[in-house]
Amino acid sequence: MAAITMGKKQDGFLLRLLKRIALLRESPVGMIGAALVLFWILVAIFAPLLAPYDPNENYMDDYGNWGPSAAFWLGRDNQGRDILSRIIWGSRIVLTVGPIATFCAYVVGCTMGLLAGYYRGWVDVVVSRISDIILSFPVIILYLIIISQFGPSAFNIIVAVTFIASPQVSRIVRSLTLELRERDYVAAAKMRGESAVYIMLVEILPNARGPLIVDACLRMGYTTIAIGVLGFLGLGLPPPDPDWGGMVKDTYTMMSTDPHMSLFPCAAISSLVVGFNLLADGLREISLRD
Amino acid sequence: MLKFFVKRFGYLLLTMLAVSLIIFVVNEYSPGQVTRKILGPFATQNEVDILTVKMGLDRPIIIRYIEWLGQILRGDLGKSTLWGAPVNSIIWDRLLNTSIIASLAFAVIVPASIIFGVAAGMREGSRLDRTISLASIVTTSVPEFASGVFLQSVFVIWLGLLPGTSPLDASGGWSIASQLVLPVAVMVLYDLGYVVRMVRASMVETMTRPFIRTAVLKGLSFRNVIMKHAIRNAMIGPFTVILLQINYLVTGVVVVEAVVGYPGFGRMMLDAALNKDIAVIEAGSMFAVFVTVSTQIIGDFGYMLLNPRIRFA
Repeated sequence: MAAITMGKKQDGFLLRLLKRIALLRESPVGMIGAALVLFWILVAIFAPLLAPYDPNENYMDDYGNWGPSAAFWLGRDNQGRDILSRIIWGSRIVLTVGPIATFCAYVVGCTMGLLAGYYRGWVDVVVSRISDIILSFPVIILYLIIISQFGPSAFNIIVAVTFIASPQVSRIVRSLTLELRERDYVAAAKMRGESAVYIMLVEILPNARGPLIVDACLRMGYTTIAIGVLGFLGLGLPPPDPDWGGMVKDTYTMMSTDPHMSLFPCAAISSLVVGFNLLADGLREISLRD
Repeated sequence: MLKFFVKRFGYLLLTMLAVSLIIFVVNEYSPGQVTRKILGPFATQNEVDILTVKMGLDRPIIIRYIEWLGQILRGDLGKSTLWGAPVNSIIWDRLLNTSIIASLAFAVIVPASIIFGVAAGMREGSRLDRTISLASIVTTSVPEFASGVFLQSVFVIWLGLLPGTSPLDASGGWSIASQLVLPVAVMVLYDLGYVVRMVRASMVETMTRPFIRTAVLKGLSFRNVIMKHAIRNAMIGPFTVILLQINYLVTGVVVVEAVVGYPGFGRMMLDAALNKDIAVIEAGSMFAVFVTVSTQIIGDFGYMLLNPRIRFA
C-alpha cells in the first residue's frame, strides 16, 4: 500500500491549489463570495487605471447636481470629491490593512496556540489565561481603548487587530494541536529526533490548515468590518485618504438631503464582507464533503 | 455545586483584577499623561509637571494603582473631564438607556433565532434551510453603520415612517417609542444571523441522533418529533451562545448608538475615547468586562442545569 502511494506522482503545489479552487464550483454560494472578493481585489490592483478622478481633488464648480450624473457616476461627496474614485482607491486601503492585520494576528495566534497545545502544562495555563483576559473585553471597547490611547493610524489598527484577534486564533490552533500531536507522524518525527519547532511548523501546522483557512476567511470579514467601524467612529485613518468607513462618517449627517454620499461606501464595504463570509461558507462546505 | 460557584467567583475576581491593572496601566502609565489631558495641548511642560506633582501622579505606578482600585471599590469612579461631573452621575443613566434598547433587541432575537434556526435545521439542505442560512450570512456581514444607513434611507428618507435620530426626547415631534425602532432593528439585524446559525447547527446535529429516529419510527408526526423531542435537546448548546449576546447588546452598542445619536453607554464610551476622558473610559471598561465575565458564569451555570449529564457528573 505504501509503495503504491509512494509511486503515485504528487501534483505540484500550484496545481493542487488550482484544483482546490476548482472544487468551489460545487458550492454556488462560495462562487458568489469568491467573485465578490476577486472583484474588489482587481479593483484595488487596477485602481489608478479605473478611477476617473483624483480621489482627493475637490470639484466644487457646477457640474449639475451633486448626485449621480454622467460626469460623476456615483455623485460627489460633501467636499465635491468624486465618490466612485474614492471608493476605488479606498478598496486599496481595506485590502492592504485588512490582510496584513489578519496575517499578523495569525502569526501571533498560531505561535501561542502551537506552544500551548504542544507543550501543555504551565505554558498552556499561561497562554490560556492571557487569552481569557483579552477575550473578556468586549471587542469594540478594546478597539476604543487602544486606538484612543495610541492614536488613529494604519499601523495602530494593525496592532489592535493583532492584539484582539490573536487569542481567538490561538484557541482554535491550540485545540487542533492538542488533537494532532497524538498522531503517528508526530511520533515518527520525534523518533527521528526532529526539533520541537520543526514538528510544530512542518508536521502540525500544515495539517491544521483546513479549519484555519475557513477561519482566516471569516476573520478577513471581521477585520474589514472593524476597519470600517473605526473609520466610521472617527478612529480610522487620518483624512484625506479615502477610507470607506470614514466616507460614511463625513456624510451620514447629510443623509436627508444627499443619501447617495453614504449609501455607496456602505454598499461597497457590505459587498466585500458578504464576499468574504460567503467564500468562507463555501470553503467549509467543501471541506466537510471530503 | 457550591465548589463550582466559589471557583467561578474567584475566577471572576481574578479576571477583574487583571483587567483593572491593564486598563489603569494603559491609561495612566506615563506620569504626565493624565495632567496633560486635563490641561490641554497648549499648557507648558512646566505647568504639566507642577500639576503632576500636586496630584501625586509622579509616584510609582503600583501605589497609584492600589489607590485607584481602593477608590473604585468604595464606589468613587472619579470625575469626568469631558462632562465636568462625577462619573457616577453620568454612567448609570447611560446604562439605563442602553439597557432599554438592549432588552428590546434581546426580546426579539431570542424567539426569532429559535424559530428561524429550528426551521432551517430540521431539514438540512432543504430550500428553506438554504434560504435562511444565506440570509443570516448576508445580514451579519453588513456592518452596523451600513445597515443603519440602509434602513434610514428606506424608512426615514423614502417612506418617512421613522425619525432619523433617537435623542430620547419627544420635542422633535416623534414619540420615544418610534425612536427606539431603528437602533433595535440595527442591533437585531447584525446579531440575529449569528445566533440563528448556532441554533441551526445544533438542530442539524440533534436530528441525526438515535432518539429522533426512534421517535420517527414509532410513528410520531414530524411536527411532534420537532416540538416534543428535537427542540428541547437542540436548545441546550445554543443556550450559552444566546446568553453571551447580552455582552454585545449592552457593551457593543457603540456603533448603533453613534448612528442614531442615542444617549447610551456606547455613545458615552465613544465620546470619552475621542476626548480621552480617562475616568469614564476606566469605569466603563471595568463595567463592560464585569458584564462579560458574569454572563459567562451565568451561562456555565445555566448550561449545567440544562444538561443532566454535567449536572450529575
